[in-house]
Amino acid sequence: MTTSMNRRGFLKSVGALGVTMVVGFNASGALAASKTAAGDVLSNTSADFNPFVKIDADGTVTVVVKHFEMGQGTTTGLTTLVAEEMDLAWDEVKVAFAPSHKNYINLAFGGQGTGGSTAMANSFMQYRQAGAAARDMLVRAAAEAWGVEASAITVKDGVLSSGDKTAGFGEFVNAAAKLTPAKEPVLKDASKFTLIGKDKLPRKDSAAKTTGKAVFAMDVKVPNMVYVTILRSPKFGGVLKSFEVSDAKSVTGFVDAKALPNMAGVAVYATSTWASIKARRSIKAVWDDSKADSRGTPEMLKEYAAKLDAEPTYDVTKKGDFAKVEAAAKGASKSVSADFFFPLLAHAPMEPMVCVIEPTEGGGLKVHDGCQFPMITHPTIAAITKVPAEKIDIVTYYAGGSFGRRANPQSDYHVEAALAFLALGGKKAVKLVWTREDDLAGGFYRPMFAQRAHIGIGEDGKVAAWAQRSVAQSIFKGGPMESFVVKDGVDHSSVEGISDTPYQLPMSLGLTDYESPMPVLWWRSVGHSQSGYTMEVLMDMAAEAAGKDPVAFRLAHLDESDEDQGRVAGVLKLAAEKAGWGTDLPEGKGRGIALHKSFGTYVAEVAEVSLNDKGAVSIDKITCAVDCGTAVNPDVIRAQMEGAIGYGLGAVMRNQITMKEGVVEQGNFPQYEPLRIADMPVIDVHIMPSDKKPSGVGEPGLPPAGPALANAIYAATGKRITKLPMTSNGIKFA
Amino acid sequence: MSIQLKINGETRQVEADGDTPLLWVIRDELELTGTKFGCGVASCGACTVHLNGKPQRSCILPVSAIGESEVTTIESATTPQAKAVQAAWQELDVVQCGYCQSGQIMSAIGLLSDNAKPTDNEIDAFMNGNACRCATYHRIRAAIHRASEILEA
Repeated sequence: MTTSMNRRGFLKSVGALGVTMVVGFNASGALAASKTAAGDVLSNTSADFNPFVKIDADGTVTVVVKHFEMGQGTTTGLTTLVAEEMDLAWDEVKVAFAPSHKNYINLAFGGQGTGGSTAMANSFMQYRQAGAAARDMLVRAAAEAWGVEASAITVKDGVLSSGDKTAGFGEFVNAAAKLTPAKEPVLKDASKFTLIGKDKLPRKDSAAKTTGKAVFAMDVKVPNMVYVTILRSPKFGGVLKSFEVSDAKSVTGFVDAKALPNMAGVAVYATSTWASIKARRSIKAVWDDSKADSRGTPEMLKEYAAKLDAEPTYDVTKKGDFAKVEAAAKGASKSVSADFFFPLLAHAPMEPMVCVIEPTEGGGLKVHDGCQFPMITHPTIAAITKVPAEKIDIVTYYAGGSFGRRANPQSDYHVEAALAFLALGGKKAVKLVWTREDDLAGGFYRPMFAQRAHIGIGEDGKVAAWAQRSVAQSIFKGGPMESFVVKDGVDHSSVEGISDTPYQLPMSLGLTDYESPMPVLWWRSVGHSQSGYTMEVLMDMAAEAAGKDPVAFRLAHLDESDEDQGRVAGVLKLAAEKAGWGTDLPEGKGRGIALHKSFGTYVAEVAEVSLNDKGAVSIDKITCAVDCGTAVNPDVIRAQMEGAIGYGLGAVMRNQITMKEGVVEQGNFPQYEPLRIADMPVIDVHIMPSDKKPSGVGEPGLPPAGPALANAIYAATGKRITKLPMTSNGIKFA
Repeated sequence: MSIQLKINGETRQVEADGDTPLLWVIRDELELTGTKFGCGVASCGACTVHLNGKPQRSCILPVSAIGESEVTTIESATTPQAKAVQAAWQELDVVQCGYCQSGQIMSAIGLLSDNAKPTDNEIDAFMNGNACRCATYHRIRAAIHRASEILEA
């Protein structure tokens, strides 16, 4: 079972457990070890050192996981790395979430946070090194005690043996902790792996999550806590002018209502969640809408269309040839032209946003949260509450999904919780709860995108000219990560998957930003969530114009001698082969293929659909091939492919957030209908064997799902769907 | 008002307005947090509990309407069907984020209690009100079949 551990909690627990050895990394990135018990010479658990692995006196090994668990499998994955190098018995390893601390940075970001499918990729060496260092120290201590060479000692299932001597780790914790960890501990050769790559290693969170025992931030209750919901402006940018508590006072359990200090809403405090929700309904607020966004979706669409028609602001491909390539594409004897549109999407994780802020003795704060970005949340709460950062602990819980939503560069819901905490006087713990209505109306959507492409096919049956213009609201501009992603005005996330396509295409790409006061955010697979669709539907259209088979046409635009493109071709061929590409299908069925590289991972998918007698579409099967380098946990990889495919299909089928005079029209799930079990196809995942370094799997399964479906529907019906969602554009699902 | 509730084999006294949804009494008052809040409009099934052994959405059920009915939450799911479902869920590692899974499991137990060997279509029809944003549906289907096998054995 996974426990949450904050830094002080950990240190305190040491006394109770006796001597504990910890191995981890210090601020300079070097391996360090320490023995943490009162009066011990090595109790140097200073601010600069936090554990990645701890071994208690009874031999219990706990892996401290620096990436939160939103379902993507980090508690299983990172634990696998340590257990492999330490030769632990899988069922006996414990897992704890790391506290918020700079030693737990994501090596891909330089700050503590999870996202971008980076957890395994950035942890692979680090956690193996920590495990290998701990094992090496224990072995050396045992060798010394037993008077044998370290090489004469074997470790299996957490037990050290040499000749007739055997002992658990606990026996040598004291001695091992006095040793200096090897600077570069010897890692296992891949041929010796028993856990990494094991087809089915039980998930660490399965038992807790099937018995109701897993604790989410939504489940936290601390002493002296009030519940708070917030009445927000129905329009983005509305500012609170005044409010009347009126009938809320008669709601049993109502405590108080206060304007948030930033006038973004009214905090409604009560002694239970329900009382707060109920009282909020009675509160009447007046909003100053003078700076609010009052547009509707039709107006936004017109603005997108106008921008699509205008000269692009940015020449992304930087060859100064946009007009020329576009003219060549249009003028080709065989050509394809299409406009694409992608709506706003909400993430709608099952657990709505929630956060508890609890004052502690001594003027500190404890933040209870399914915290995805401690690097932002921690300083943000410190800045708002004026509590020094070192007196703030973030306690991380299981998160009920995220899909990007909890990784918010503004830490939006934490800011609300902190403001609500202050507005009530800063003495009582507050639990901020969002309802589903708050979630769907709360912004931070996947931006709208519009694309226009003109493609000319040459005499050789290959693409001779590809001109594309994109209109997108930038996710990164104005945010804390702008400098990493925005170059020469181009937000890479607006064009990723197009500008860096692995296909060999003579492409000219233009981009125009769309500006809006509505907050937008990354949504599972970020820009790829729409660029995968555009590129792969276009490749299908181009293949048809060229009179080629879609698989053969794609392969003709890949240079397989290049490693990267070879891997793209590899998954394409694997998916095609496993799906029986090219074999006959009965009337009323269709097959479509799509592939996309994102976050360093290559995925191809084949969708198979059938039509009923009324022409409604059923998605029968998705065959998926994935190359994510070394497959650390194959079953977690399969699960992530299944999940990302389902998440992607549901969105392209029927999801959109629309506005009417600035107000979101989707109130709750009935108006933002999630994918249901009856929609879910059979999914067959194949993992490409590989010894390359592992890349992420949380997002890359998504981009090919939508276009594979669209291409299959085209094969079955002859309808090209370039505007989403499909149900708003002439497609019925059975 | 003071309300008597038969829950998980015990009789509990709670203070709540009669219109309070059973979900919030279970979670905030009785501190049985395995039952989840997902939508509040009976549209996602995360709040599924059993009322006299039948799955019900607790988020729209006023506590005053429960009367003598026996409420069972995930914490007290101990029937052979419950054990088979949980074992199958663990064997196939169905869960991802896990937030909806108490509700999925309570629904699946309800299904298997009525129908020991459901087909894919019967599973889809019965489970369609339980949303999972992680889309673990493919494994949910497989796990219900597996639980059915376990029960048969």
